[in-house]
Amino acid sequence: MPDRFVTRGFVGRREPLGSDQAARIPPGQHLVKDFPVLSAGPTPRTPLASWSFKIEGLVKDPVSWGWDDFQRLPAQEFTKDISCVTKWTKLDTHWRGVSVDTLLEHVELDRRAAFVTAFSDGGYTTNVPLPDLIDGQAFVAYEYEGKPLAPEHGGPARLVVPHLYFWKSAKWVRGLRVMERDEPGFWESLGYNNHGDPWKEERYTGD
Amino acid sequence: MKRLLEWQIATVKAIRPETPDVKTLTLALPDWTAHRPGQHYDVRLTAADGYSAQRSYSVASEPERTGEIDLTVERLADGEVSRFLDDAVAVRGPIGGYFVWDGSIGGPLLLVAGGSGVVPLMAMLRHRAAAGINDPARLLYSARTYEQIIYRDELEALARKDGLTVSYALTRSQPPGWKGYTRRIDDAMLREVSGPLGPDALAYICGPTALVEVAADGLERVGLPAEHIRTERFGPTGP
Repeated sequence: MPDRFVTRGFVGRREPLGSDQAARIPPGQHLVKDFPVLSAGPTPRTPLASWSFKIEGLVKDPVSWGWDDFQRLPAQEFTKDISCVTKWTKLDTHWRGVSVDTLLEHVELDRRAAFVTAFSDGGYTTNVPLPDLIDGQAFVAYEYEGKPLAPEHGGPARLVVPHLYFWKSAKWVRGLRVMERDEPGFWESLGYNNHGDPWKEERYTGD
Repeated sequence: MKRLLEWQIATVKAIRPETPDVKTLTLALPDWTAHRPGQHYDVRLTAADGYSAQRSYSVASEPERTGEIDLTVERLADGEVSRFLDDAVAVRGPIGGYFVWDGSIGGPLLLVAGGSGVVPLMAMLRHRAAAGINDPARLLYSARTYEQIIYRDELEALARKDGLTVSYALTRSQPPGWKGYTRRIDDAMLREVSGPLGPDALAYICGPTALVEVAADGLERVGLPAEHIRTERFGPTGP
């Protein structure tokens, strides 16, 4: 009965049962106060002058914003809980950025559009079903806790999809490619779950 | 959908102290799978009322050792999980497909470790020795003190045998007559260590975030292409 193998004496260091915080921590996760950094390679540092953000693929006319134009898009503040597949959860993180809904207002989606690949400086990609990115569920953030987003946390801008494990929140994001068919991204091709819902513990392939 | 990574109950066969704060557990696995050096396992503890906590630990042993794995664990005084790992424990793995190295990848190997970040790199070096891989390898290992170097005797033995060079940076204190580095990792050090391997070297960096950032940026500055640099963090959230 591996699912119920009890370790003698283990009680755990958890938030009080029934507390607001305990109810916000997905299974197998633990609360952190710091903001751990995880990445597969060196931190890219693209100058803002050559930065752009594109929406391409199954859209009628692809769009591209430079940094200054992107800053002029209507921005919002977001307060979100985030969970990393490496088991940490952080509550009430504050971001400023542009909702994906706002970005998509600038393109006409093809009716076949069903999946999105976010692509980043350094070659990172991650795939998200289109329905997981709309209706206020995702945004492209450029400020964290009132300051410009630091490079090791994905600055100048990262995708944030807080209801999925945080590898879906692509650091150094440079655009969204709209697609008809799902295409596994970087970690999704290397043993991690294709969808990544923390409340269902969709950590690894087959979970 | 089939759950590809099933939980299994591993039995702790042996516990070996490595340093005052670090121990190695040998776990016997009923359903052992060969891992790729650099991969990790998830460990899960469950309380009587059903609450469970999970952590990830890198495999320290080489895949040539069948039926069991070594996990090297830093024991934190207030660690929720690490102090209960002494009897039997639920695990699943191996996990992770990028921060891995084996003979099929090959090439000159440059390993940079900070503290217990040496663990997944040790699996690579043990595999390299066990599989008789002759590609040159160099390890740059930063620790606070001589006593905190994990696997010290084994690393020295490995370095005596084959084309492995081990360099240490002891950042807090050094024993009398110390000939290694006495400062934190910097570009000059990275140039000295990586230079002999040439631009084809494949680099694996594991340690706390500050060290990983310095080493990854530095290796790019001294001429290694970004796509040859793979990173993994081993921070206070691990144990």
